[in-house]
Amino acid sequence: MSPAVRFQNVSRRFGAVRAVDGVSLDIEPGEFFALLGPSGSGKTTCLRLIAGFEQPDDGHIEIFGERADGVPPYRRNVNTVFQDYALFPHMTVGENVAYGLMIKGVGKSEREAKAKDALAMVKLAGYEGRRTAQLSGGQRQRVALARALVNGPKVLLLDEPLGALDLKLREQMQEELKTLQTKLGITFVFVTHDQGEALSMANRVAIFNEGKIVQVGTPSDVYERPKSRFVADFVGSSNVLPPEFAASHGGQPMWTSLRPEKIQIAAKNALVPAACAHAAGTVTAISYQGAVTRITVATDQLALIASTPAETTLRKGDSVSLIWPKSAMVAMGETA
Amino acid sequence: MTAAVAERRSGIAGALSDVFFARPQLLTFLLLTPPLIWIGVVYIGSLFALLLQSFYSLDDFSGVVVHEFTLATYEQLLEASNAQIILRTVLMAVLVTVASAIIAFPIAYYAARYARGWKKALFYLAVMMPLWSSYLVKVYAWKLILAKEGIITWFANFLHLSWLLDGVLALPVIGGPSLSFSYIGTFLVFVYVWLPYMILPTQAALERVPVNFIEASADLGADPRQTFRTVIFPLALPGIVAGSIFTFSLTLGDYIIPQIVGNSRLMIGQAVYTLQGTAGNIPLAAAFTVVPMLIMAVYLWMAKRMGAFDVL
Repeated sequence: MSPAVRFQNVSRRFGAVRAVDGVSLDIEPGEFFALLGPSGSGKTTCLRLIAGFEQPDDGHIEIFGERADGVPPYRRNVNTVFQDYALFPHMTVGENVAYGLMIKGVGKSEREAKAKDALAMVKLAGYEGRRTAQLSGGQRQRVALARALVNGPKVLLLDEPLGALDLKLREQMQEELKTLQTKLGITFVFVTHDQGEALSMANRVAIFNEGKIVQVGTPSDVYERPKSRFVADFVGSSNVLPPEFAASHGGQPMWTSLRPEKIQIAAKNALVPAACAHAAGTVTAISYQGAVTRITVATDQLALIASTPAETTLRKGDSVSLIWPKSAMVAMGETA
Repeated sequence: MTAAVAERRSGIAGALSDVFFARPQLLTFLLLTPPLIWIGVVYIGSLFALLLQSFYSLDDFSGVVVHEFTLATYEQLLEASNAQIILRTVLMAVLVTVASAIIAFPIAYYAARYARGWKKALFYLAVMMPLWSSYLVKVYAWKLILAKEGIITWFANFLHLSWLLDGVLALPVIGGPSLSFSYIGTFLVFVYVWLPYMILPTQAALERVPVNFIEASADLGADPRQTFRTVIFPLALPGIVAGSIFTFSLTLGDYIIPQIVGNSRLMIGQAVYTLQGTAGNIPLAAAFTVVPMLIMAVYLWMAKRMGAFDVL
């Protein structure tokens, strides 16, 4: 079976800026796929290329095996949930949801029934007659979702779908989106700059930097085995160890990622198990973050960050020993 | 070390600042009272006086205004000659408004959607500059353009199209001896003079239609024609209605343009001008003035019913 979306060496330039630069990517049918990257990394342009708002300057895009080059958005069976929802202010909630069906010429009673079902699916049953201005941010999000899904798209695109919501609502919507995606089995592609969101929702993640994909993999792949300093740093903060430091602590002579939660803080002269590496240092900063506390320790070569789940009795200036399993050091294949 | 609470600034200005900060309504009240008095007394008051005049009548023999309430003056409005004036003016206003809307929309759309930087500045300059010069000068300029020995006649001759011009002028009702003595001429000048008032509100309304509405519409399967009909036009409608209020009411009330360019048949504005001046028939003049007000009220009510202001 052909992939839901295939990028073949796609580039999109805006003037001198290469927003998307030679991207190749396969998104499989039924995947919940995240495009993750900092702002300006090309992830949103990729989404717009799938939607048809942008056309590639080079390369090709296929949607379910069909060439999409030059096909305008209104002839693609792909729907988008916009970042700021883009609900039409001159229509009611029901009319917004039924818009795509109305355009296709579906009869009034049928499209009203379908819009009603779609609204019920996003838990907004009975909202048909409301004006969009009367809705809260979370409700608008749901209307936008219903408006896209009612058309039965082959691929659903979501542009920073949860960006405008507050934390509590965001976590709730993450769950709902996942449930909905599993239930409908539609391919979801979403753009985010929030690595937590990408890791918790997606089956696979593509990480973008400067218009290029730097790594594609499952959330645990990209978190546990980052292939570059950029990925290690962007996907959850990480200690990036220089080749010399890694080599002298039982790793390979390459740039190496060491996650803060893998490091244990022990008393200065604590015993070091055989499979572990250690470094002595002084606590220079303690940052309380609720569930975890992040402790910065300056060793004689570099500062390392360790995170501990419990409250800590450590104080600034304490001399400590940092201990971590050698297996926790992930060489990233970059020597320079 | 500096104090946490600074000293009040010296003098009356400092004291006033504190007073106004503590009572913001006081400032609003002081700022609004003078203009409200102006609007309330001078503006609404004189309008009311006008309305009152229209319910008086003129004694035909003495030529004196009889200060007794009567509907006789309004009955006069319905006489054939007066009703024709009203019909003629309303028809002209409708045509001018429709033509202005049609011409203004593409210009406004281009300016709102595509013009950036110096092009946008050029747009504003081009639309506003005609408003900087005197209205009279522009109307007389048009008279020269439209006159029998004017530019259009000359140009038609140059292109060997005089037959076309003659054909147009030979049309019943709207034709005439020359463009400057015909309804066509009056219409052209009205459209020219009021066009900016249509372009600017339309452009402002289109400016507020975000690009992603158009993308969302396309995303949901609407081709550009459907997007225009179901998204862009409905959202621009309040602007077009606002513009049409200008073009419609300005045409209804104008007496200079039909005086200079046009045939000798009167428009409402001219009727008012003659009645209050030479004829001294203030009640009938007032009654004529009430007509455009009523028409505008009905028009706005209909526009509201049609949902033109739903997006505001």
